[in-house]
Amino acid sequence: MGLQALFFYLFAFVAVASAFMVIAARNPVHSVLFLILTFFNAAGLFLLTGAEFLAMILLVVYVGAVAVLFLFVVMMLDVDFAEMKSGALEYAPVGALVGIILAAELIIVLAGNTFHPAAAGSGASPIPALSERTNTQALGDVLYTDYIFYFQIAGMVLLVAMIGAIVLTLRHREHIKRQDINQQVARTPETAIEVVKVKPGQGI
Amino acid sequence: MTPEILTSSLQLSVPELMLAVGAMVLLMVGVFSGEKSVTMVNGLAVALLIMAGLVLVLVTGNGEAFNGAFLSDPFAKFMKVLALIGAITAMVMTVGHAKAERIDKFELPVLFVLATLGMMLMISANDMIALYMGLELQSLALYVVAAINRDSQRSTEAGLKYFVLGALSSGMLLYGASLVYGYTGHTGFDEIAAAISGGERSLGLIFGLVFLLAGVAFKISAVPFHMWTPDVYEGAPTPVTAFFAAAPKVAAMALFVRIVIVAFEPVTLDWQQIVVFISIGSMVLGAFAAIGQKNIKRLMAYSSIAHMGFALVGLAAGSQAGVRGVILYMLIYMVMTLGTFACILAMRRKEDGNVEQIDDLAGLSSTNPFMALMLTILMFSLAGIPPLAGFFGKYFVFVAAIEAKLYALAIIGVLASVIGAYYYLRIVKIMWFDQPSGSFVPVAGELKLVFGISGLFVLFYVIVSNPLGLAADVAAKTFF
Repeated sequence: MGLQALFFYLFAFVAVASAFMVIAARNPVHSVLFLILTFFNAAGLFLLTGAEFLAMILLVVYVGAVAVLFLFVVMMLDVDFAEMKSGALEYAPVGALVGIILAAELIIVLAGNTFHPAAAGSGASPIPALSERTNTQALGDVLYTDYIFYFQIAGMVLLVAMIGAIVLTLRHREHIKRQDINQQVARTPETAIEVVKVKPGQGI
Repeated sequence: MTPEILTSSLQLSVPELMLAVGAMVLLMVGVFSGEKSVTMVNGLAVALLIMAGLVLVLVTGNGEAFNGAFLSDPFAKFMKVLALIGAITAMVMTVGHAKAERIDKFELPVLFVLATLGMMLMISANDMIALYMGLELQSLALYVVAAINRDSQRSTEAGLKYFVLGALSSGMLLYGASLVYGYTGHTGFDEIAAAISGGERSLGLIFGLVFLLAGVAFKISAVPFHMWTPDVYEGAPTPVTAFFAAAPKVAAMALFVRIVIVAFEPVTLDWQQIVVFISIGSMVLGAFAAIGQKNIKRLMAYSSIAHMGFALVGLAAGSQAGVRGVILYMLIYMVMTLGTFACILAMRRKEDGNVEQIDDLAGLSSTNPFMALMLTILMFSLAGIPPLAGFFGKYFVFVAAIEAKLYALAIIGVLASVIGAYYYLRIVKIMWFDQPSGSFVPVAGELKLVFGISGLFVLFYVIVSNPLGLAADVAAKTFF
C-alpha cells in the first residue's frame, strides 16, 4: 500500500506540475514536451488503478500520434505564440471567476452525494474479475459483440472525418509533373533518344 | 449477442444500413467517375434516401435492436420520415445552385447522406452512447458541409464557428451524460428511468440533466445556446442552410422529446422548468432580434430560433397532446422552412448572382407573381395566421400548454407570435407595395416545385390535417 501511495503522489504531482508548465512555458516546443510528460504521468495513474489498456492506449494515441502532430504543427507553422498569448492575461480574471464558480458548484453538488450503487459497484468490480481476464481481453470480448453497433457508428464517424479533411483541403493543381509509371515503362529508344550526327568542328 | 438477436437487430435497422452502405458506394462512384459526377451522385443519393424511406414505412417492424441501443417505434418512424423528406428536398434544391456557385463536389451529397444517417440514429437512439454517436455523426458531416465553399471566407468562418461551438456543446452533453450515468448506473433510457423512479432524485442527477439538455438545446438552437445560428445560416451556402434549417432540427427535437419523456419521466417537474425557460427565451429572442435584420437568411435563423421555442411549448406540457403538438409543429415548420428557402434560392440576379437582402424582394409581385404569391402564403403561415398550417401548429402546442396549466407560457407564446408577425408581414409588404429594383433570373423548375408544393400544403392544410393528425396521434402514443 505504501509503495502504491508513493507512486500515486509522484505521478499525480508531476502530472499537475507539468500540466501547469504546458500553459506557463514560453517556448511552444517546451509546452508540447510538457504535455507529453503529462500524458506519461496520466498513463502511470491508469496503471496504478489496474487499467493497463487505457494506459497503453493513452501512450500510443496521445503521445505517439497527437503530441507528435502538435510538435509538427508548432515547428512547421510560423505562428507567433507570444502574440497569441499576450491577450490571455486580460481575460484571465474573468476565466478564473467562471472556473471558480463552476468548481464551487460542482463541489457543493458532488460533496453531499454518492454515486448510485449500481455504478459504484460495477466500477469496483470489473466484469469479469481482473485475475481471470485482462483489461484488453475483456474489452475485446464485448467490443465486437455487445457493442458492435457503437463500434460501427464510430467507424462511420471516422469516415466522415476523413471525407471532410479531404474535401476541405485537397486541391488539384494543374501543371504538376507526376510520375506516370506506365508512360515511363512504355518508353522505347525510338521515342526517348534522338541520334544526332555531329559534324566535326560545327557543334550542334 | 446470439445470431438470432443479431439478425432481428439488422432487420430493424435496414434503412440505416442502406444509408451507410449506400453512402460508401456513392463515394466510390464519385471517386471513380471524376470531378464532374455531382449530378449523378446527387440523383443516386436522392434515390437512395427515397428507397430507405419506403423500406422504413413499408417493411421495418417495431422493436428494440442491438441490446436496446436502437429503437424502432411509431414515433421514430414518423420523425425519420420527416428527416428524410427534409434531406431529400434540400438535396434536390442543391444541384443547380451548387453548379452556379462552383461548389459542385460529389462529396456534398455523400455528406448529406451521412448526416441523414446520423439523424436517423439520433431519432432511434435509446441509450446515451447511441445518442452521442448519432449526434456526432450528424454534426461532423454538417460542420464539413457548412464550410464546403472553402474559397469563401464567410463559408469557412461559418464552418469553423459551428465546429468550435458544436464541440463545446458536445463536451457539455458528454459531461451531463457521464453524471447521469454516475447517479443512475445505467446508460439506457429505460434503465435510467427505472433507476430514478426507484429512489429519491439526487442533486447530481439534476446537474447532469441540465448539462445534457444544454447540449441538445445547442443542436436545436434554443436560447441561450443560439449564438451560432445567425452566423452559420448566413455564412453557409444557401442550399446547405436549407438543409440545416429542416432535417437536423427535426432529429434533434425528436431526441429532445425522447430524452425527457422516456429517460427523465420520473423527474418531469425538474426538466419542465428548463424547457419552459428555454422555450420562453427562444420565442422572445426570436421575435425581437429578427426585427432589425436586413439579410433574409439571418432573418430565417432568428425565425427558426423562435419556432423551436414554440415547439418546446408543446414539450413543456409533457402530455400526449403536447408531444403530438411537437410532432405536428416540426412537420409544419419543416414544410414552411423548405418552401421559404426555395424562394431564397430563387433570388438570383443575372448580374450579381444570388442576393440575400430582404430589400431585393421589392416589387416581386410584378416581376414574378407566382413566387410572390407562394412566398406570401408561406410568410402568413410562418406568422401563424389562420387558416394556414402555421396557425394549426401553434394552436396544438398552445392548447396542450393550457391543458397542462402552463398559462403564463401560453400567453407569452401568443404575444411573441404577434410580435413575430411584424417581420413576416414586412416581407409581404416589400414584395407587394415597393417599387421593383430589378428582376430575378427565371426560377429553376425544382425550386418552383418545392415552393409550389409547400405553399399549397400550408394553404390546404385543413384538408390533410385529419390523416396527419391521426399519424401524429399514433406516434405520440408511443410514449404514453
